[in-house]
Amino acid sequence: MNHLDKLENKSIHILREAYANFKSLCMLWSIGKDSTVLLWLARKAFFGHVPFPLVHIDTHYKIPEMIEYRDKLALEWGLDMIYGENREALEKKLTFPDGNVTRLECCRLLKTEALKNTLNGKWPRYRLNHEKKAYEIDSNTEPFTGVIVGVRADEEGSRSKERYFSPRDKNSDWDIGDQPPEFWGQFKTDFAPGTHLRIHPLLDWTELDIWEYIKRENIPTVSLYYDHGEGKRYRSLGCWPCTFPVESDAKDVDGIINELKTGKFANIAERSGRAQDKEDGGGLEELRKGGYM
Amino acid sequence: MANGELLNKRDLINKQDMNIVIVGHVDHGKSTVIGRLLADTNSLPEGKLEQVKETCRRNSKPFEYAFLLDALKDEQAQGITIDTARCFFQTELRNYIIIDAPGHIEFLKNMITGAARAEAALLVIDASEGIQENSRRHGYMLSMLGISQVCVLVNKMDLIGYSEKPFRRIERQYRRFLKKVDVEPVCFIPISAMEGENVANHSDKMPWYKGMNVLEVLDSFKSEELPEDKPFRMPVQDVYKFTKGGDNRRIIAGTIETGKISVGDEVVFYPSGKRTRIKSIEAFNREPMTTIGAGWAAGFTVTEQIYVKRGEVMCIANELKPKTTGRMLVNLFWLGKNPLVKDKTYYLKLGTAKAEMRLEEIRSVIDASTLVSKKKEQVDRNEVAECILTLDRHIAFDLTGDIAKTSRFVIVDDYEISGGGIVMSDLEDQTSWVRDKVLMRNYKWIGSEISAEARASKYKHGAALILITGEKTSPRKELGRALEKQLFDDGKLVYYLGMGSVLYGVDADLIDHHLLPPSRQEHIRRLTEVAHIMLDAGMIFIISARELTADDYDVICTGIPPEKISVIWVGEEKTTDIPVTMHIEKVGDIQECVKRIRYHVNL
Repeated sequence: MNHLDKLENKSIHILREAYANFKSLCMLWSIGKDSTVLLWLARKAFFGHVPFPLVHIDTHYKIPEMIEYRDKLALEWGLDMIYGENREALEKKLTFPDGNVTRLECCRLLKTEALKNTLNGKWPRYRLNHEKKAYEIDSNTEPFTGVIVGVRADEEGSRSKERYFSPRDKNSDWDIGDQPPEFWGQFKTDFAPGTHLRIHPLLDWTELDIWEYIKRENIPTVSLYYDHGEGKRYRSLGCWPCTFPVESDAKDVDGIINELKTGKFANIAERSGRAQDKEDGGGLEELRKGGYM
Repeated sequence: MANGELLNKRDLINKQDMNIVIVGHVDHGKSTVIGRLLADTNSLPEGKLEQVKETCRRNSKPFEYAFLLDALKDEQAQGITIDTARCFFQTELRNYIIIDAPGHIEFLKNMITGAARAEAALLVIDASEGIQENSRRHGYMLSMLGISQVCVLVNKMDLIGYSEKPFRRIERQYRRFLKKVDVEPVCFIPISAMEGENVANHSDKMPWYKGMNVLEVLDSFKSEELPEDKPFRMPVQDVYKFTKGGDNRRIIAGTIETGKISVGDEVVFYPSGKRTRIKSIEAFNREPMTTIGAGWAAGFTVTEQIYVKRGEVMCIANELKPKTTGRMLVNLFWLGKNPLVKDKTYYLKLGTAKAEMRLEEIRSVIDASTLVSKKKEQVDRNEVAECILTLDRHIAFDLTGDIAKTSRFVIVDDYEISGGGIVMSDLEDQTSWVRDKVLMRNYKWIGSEISAEARASKYKHGAALILITGEKTSPRKELGRALEKQLFDDGKLVYYLGMGSVLYGVDADLIDHHLLPPSRQEHIRRLTEVAHIMLDAGMIFIISARELTADDYDVICTGIPPEKISVIWVGEEKTTDIPVTMHIEKVGDIQECVKRIRYHVNL
């Protein structure tokens, strides 16, 4: 068993535990490389099927290619696709690009609030109708009690403290000082009504592992990750007003792996192109305590 | 050793990974050791060291390597590690994941979370403070968690002038303690993490020490081998059938704990004892495999369509059998806010099995830091105890001496994992004698070509057992017969049997017909076997019997899956302790009453 096999099998085990223990389960798919690897692992765990819905939070500031890619894969792979949004904030233009709120407040409204209210079913969920190839308001408003998320421990400080099964209270808050013990492959799968669990199958993966796995499995990724001749590419995908491309001439997966192993990114944090991190004291902790991924 | 060069070498060698945990008493310098390891192996992200140094300068604090790890705001405020942080670094040999476990007693559960992921441990003791409470407690925990590779770092040697004598004294005392808890340390190293002595270099301040430095010890640890040489064990996680996408495979999925298995091997599931053969090893986007072993999250199809479910353990026939019982002697540690007490219901999770659990007896409670044992009525937080546990049903497991991995369990109290332990021995329980017979019946059962699903789809209903019970004068038989008639008229495959019909036929050889213990249990067992045959034929089987008890019900559940059983109590007062699906106080019109039953049990 090599390094990637070990990571893969551990993640599959966690996904199957989640599926066996949670009736109302979903997986967050940000369209980025990590959650796409997570989606691929789900297809591995369930032998080509994904037996729970995928949830995407659409801030309407995502780079358009991301949405095209999302819907293309959803139709090809027969995914149960749901998206949610903060309609009110968008209508009232309470966003950073509109110049009305700070970056952090914009993140809180368009991502954290939208996510919270999509997961608990209070705001409309839009579900992909595979026959019509269009999204429709979902009649199911049952809260999701298990939410699978593709965070990695090496991303930044607070994520390195995460559990594989991490409880959130009634307000979706994370109590970092009092987390459940986790040992011998046993996870917290019992939870009080009104609370839910975040499940983190990718906790042990590094950015390099992700790219090496994408290469090994030949997983389709958004072309924004690659340089198309302008000497720039995205290392991490977010909303266009707050995510900046990095200087790089990596044109394919091999190029990125090479760059991560030997080149200039070997020692630079992946999220350095994300503006909101810097305004949160570099830790993302405040955002994450309130439910940010 | 520049990190860049090392990273390049990853192309050349297929490097191993290793999880290492650092444990020890609070303030003995665990985080400093890690900070130093990261810095000395050049493993920090660019700018991180400068950033932390800058924060220290702004707050007029002296810089410490520990601040690198205690990156979280909460922690810096308190100055102690509250959770296990993970750091990555590498040597020429391996990629290391270093887990920093908190030393504060309050955070023992976090220490365990960190340590349980590790293959080896570094245990840090402050040379100036000597062995403290948690130095010992953590040593004991490493033993219980099954971590056998331990290196002791005697830190802060700079504070005692790098002198050998106090180091040797600590080594002697602590070796003695570790011996008592069955841990054989790899070595003791005198270090100063703050000054970087004996971490990545060979200190010239301690010429009397000739052994390995910390990095060398790490590279000397052996990687945990996947236990393929042990008997095969795979706790069943689930049985998948994703027919919606036109996929007719029925796949038994789980992660293989020990051993290996090949297509064609005969397998037995425990505790049910059901047998079949491996038809295929299933996978998505991978070359087909014919053999698979420990560590793999696997999936199998089998030749005979037997009914198994999550919680059973798949084993290979003719290998060491696991134990199956609902009562066991264990060693456990308790982490819960509330103590472990008798007369309370908990859940026990072992592998994928989950059962209701009660504490039957506390043999002794051991103070993990002094190893003094005492008699107590409850097990408090951070204590270790030898106990007898009783489960509401039997599960399959191994003894810690046979296969450690499948002997480990956790206890859930009020939604929280509150303790963990290992099974020392299996004990007889009330239904052991029935279970052994059922196990043999399943083992010897001659399977049919027709699956349970095929029968259910032909008859348009699944098999079910309806037990109608109540006091002597209650109209159980009348209700049973009327229920049979209505179901029959609706085209269902149904059969009614009164207890009396069994007593003088199937049970004719049992002299005592009065249904009193102990022969009562044998009557119930035979009734269960009759029901088992009827259910296997795909029928709805109705039995009426007087005043069935919880003990009777336990015997019936040993032979028939509880989810197929409905219990209906007839009569105003419920006079036994049997758990019921429905209680009919007044029967009234019998046909109406039958309709109520059908609605309630969904028939």
